[in-house]
Amino acid sequence: MSSPGHTDAGAIGVETLHMTMRFGAFTALDDVSIRIDPGTFHALLGENGAGKSTLVKCMMGFYAATSGEMLVDGHEARVPDPKAAHALGLGMVYQHFTLVPSLTAAENLVISRENVPGIIDWSKERAALDAFMARMPFQVPMDQPVRALAAGEKQKLEILKQLYLGRRFLILDEPTSVLTPDEADEVLGHVRQLCEAGEISVLMITHKFREVTAYADDVSVLRRGKLVGGGKVSDLSHSDMAALMMGDAKLAEPAPRSGTRGGPVLSMSGIKAHDRSGLKDIAIDTLQVHAGEIVGIAGISGNGQMEFMEILTGQRPCRSGEISVKDAPYAATRADARKSSVRYLPEEPLQNACAPKMSVAENISFRTFDMNGTGTRFWLSGREMRQRASDLIAAFKVKTTSLDSPIQALSGGNVQRAVLARELTGDVDLLIISNPCFGLDFSAVSEIRARIIAARNKGAAVLLMSEDLDEIMELADRILVMSEGAIAFETSVEAADIAQIGQYMGGHN
Amino acid sequence: MSGQTELTGKMAASPKEWLAPVARRAEVLVIPLAALLAGFAIFSIFLLLQGKSPTEFFSLVYRAGFGTSFSWQNTLSRTAPLLFAGLCVALPARLGLVVIGGEGAIVLGGVATGALGAVMLGSSGYVALPLMALAGVVVGGLWIGLVGAMRYYRGVNETIASLLMAYIAIAVMNHLVEGPLRDPSNPNKPSTLGLTDGLRIGDIPGWNVHWGLAAGLVCCVLTWVLIERTTWGFAARITGGNIRAAQVQGLPVGRLILGFTALGGAFAGLAGFFEVTAVHGSANSSLAAGFGYTGILIAFLARHNALAIIPVAILLAGFEASSGLIQRRMDLPDATMLVLQGMVFIAILLSDTAYGRFKIFAPERWKSA
Repeated sequence: MSSPGHTDAGAIGVETLHMTMRFGAFTALDDVSIRIDPGTFHALLGENGAGKSTLVKCMMGFYAATSGEMLVDGHEARVPDPKAAHALGLGMVYQHFTLVPSLTAAENLVISRENVPGIIDWSKERAALDAFMARMPFQVPMDQPVRALAAGEKQKLEILKQLYLGRRFLILDEPTSVLTPDEADEVLGHVRQLCEAGEISVLMITHKFREVTAYADDVSVLRRGKLVGGGKVSDLSHSDMAALMMGDAKLAEPAPRSGTRGGPVLSMSGIKAHDRSGLKDIAIDTLQVHAGEIVGIAGISGNGQMEFMEILTGQRPCRSGEISVKDAPYAATRADARKSSVRYLPEEPLQNACAPKMSVAENISFRTFDMNGTGTRFWLSGREMRQRASDLIAAFKVKTTSLDSPIQALSGGNVQRAVLARELTGDVDLLIISNPCFGLDFSAVSEIRARIIAARNKGAAVLLMSEDLDEIMELADRILVMSEGAIAFETSVEAADIAQIGQYMGGHN
Repeated sequence: MSGQTELTGKMAASPKEWLAPVARRAEVLVIPLAALLAGFAIFSIFLLLQGKSPTEFFSLVYRAGFGTSFSWQNTLSRTAPLLFAGLCVALPARLGLVVIGGEGAIVLGGVATGALGAVMLGSSGYVALPLMALAGVVVGGLWIGLVGAMRYYRGVNETIASLLMAYIAIAVMNHLVEGPLRDPSNPNKPSTLGLTDGLRIGDIPGWNVHWGLAAGLVCCVLTWVLIERTTWGFAARITGGNIRAAQVQGLPVGRLILGFTALGGAFAGLAGFFEVTAVHGSANSSLAAGFGYTGILIAFLARHNALAIIPVAILLAGFEASSGLIQRRMDLPDATMLVLQGMVFIAILLSDTAYGRFKIFAPERWKSA
């Protein structure tokens, strides 16, 4: 910062001044001033909808801020589009990968440049790449197709790509959401190293307090578009941060565990099925879920969880094996699910459990529209449907403009509340859940988890698949680890050891 | 992102409460109508480029299609097959399937009708006609049902399969009416044996319009009731809205797909039945008149709503009814109407991207003030 001019390398500081962004009458960002000093690691905390994404999109030129300014390296900067941001040395790493899976890491790096020549001189590029990699504190295999890389390696490559492109200020948007805890630690450790070496400054959007404490220097907390606090990470405890994020919102208390474990409700044995690629197998030797317990299946996404869910919902045929619910064979038909009181909460409810363009009332009636007391009906009853939906919306506190709003107009938390309202009403004997809180904000998460615990306490057998180990630790009575399409490990929650679970998740044992 | 929802109160009563449902419904009316007008506008430019007057064109269409009671009857007599063809597209569309080969089911339904009629020439119409209708319905239903089955069991793209199968159907018809089913006494046009008067469907008394129109109208109403008012229709709408959600709910997705595609095909087969028994008097190549393709445009304009198909089909029938007059008076080729249809269709497809973009139709996004 001693020289006023732009230098060619090294971290740059970025500061937003009174940044405000309005969408019509809605103020997504309200007078936010944040300073990220050169070479620091800055965390941006906030619930969903707090304005984190809006802020970084304004900084990167995806949005034009309604008012406010940005200083880059001490100079006022105008960023009308992402290209201008890139020219200033600002780069962004997204939650999901932006690499071309079929190309190698080297190819991905080279083609990401803006001025790639029509004909690439690979020997020259390789020499330049090798020289670049030699300066880097961590490596990624350069000659394998990216699809063969593990998620952690891919995320490292995304960061390398930003450095390769000469970016000196990186925005990371929940960079660890697709990584194992080990991978996350490794990637963030490297990022931290780069900051300390003065190569880059970092602004990281995150939900995870642990990562903030372990890696960030400073933190800023947004709530409802306003900067509500922040400062040195060393001065703040987790509960301080939570308090800032949540404001005075009251959280639903998780219902205390009660009741005793009953007999087996779901039994699976000798299940064999093809996975999505058709090349590998899903094999579940034996699995039982008892009444009044939550069995958590941990695992990194892509290890057969999706297929396992499809088997349980009858969307994927099994080559062999038996599934029974309450001692009766279970084929996942509507009649079976109704008879045995089986309910599903698939992940990403808008994509997997709702018809996005149909109304809230219609979506809430998916499970019951053809029921008439204990029998079935042929004629639809719009009045009963609306009455029921309106009762459930009140009971589950779903926020919606009207019963006729398309369900896609609701926020993620409210879509999940609507689906919970549909699936958790009445007697539930078996509840099959997948990533129920993915992408939801803090208050919705605690409320949804409390509902799951409450269902368990009332005697439901709950099978919970989740990529979020914290969620499994919080909810499950018994933990299974799924790896490569099979159950690799089982432990009770009391005896659970995170490191051991992490190893099984990673398939190293 | 979630900004929209934070705007909204918790179902707060607003002074605009009565307006919200009206606005919500207006979207599906206003956007197709605007697309239709946009299509007309582009077509007008096309006419102007040829030195023809759009005003003259549309006033001739009005006169020939809707101006007098004679022109109304002319229009309505062409409406029946369009109603059925529209249903054949709209029914699968509610399940999320784009089936565009209704032409094939119309043609084969007609051939089945003509073939059965040819062997029952001596029978009474009360016996033969229901059987002939059944033949058309079954053949049409199997034909499009097969498209649904290939889609469900084998993942074959239903759009391409149905289109290609329409060509097969036309080839099969040509083979049959020029070969095994040909009426040897008819030297001019290869046809099945001419139906006797007892096996012909007549006009609605007092009108110059055959009973197919009434049947088509009834089928549209029944289809609307099926889709909007029964649990089967609701299950189909869930499937069309999101097939994964339907599967997770344990709905019989396969049966719904087979049933609704077959029902659509059955309607198309019925169009073939009426074309043979009420219009041509035998099955011949006139069956492949392009009704199936016009039906695609009709269903899309009607947003796959069976009741909306009625006015849209009448409108397009009016254009077809005026085709002759346009050719004579304006010296335009008969393909002109196809150009018009194509332009409207492109406008309709483009208009699909307009849904959800206008705040006026989405009460969720109105100011809470």
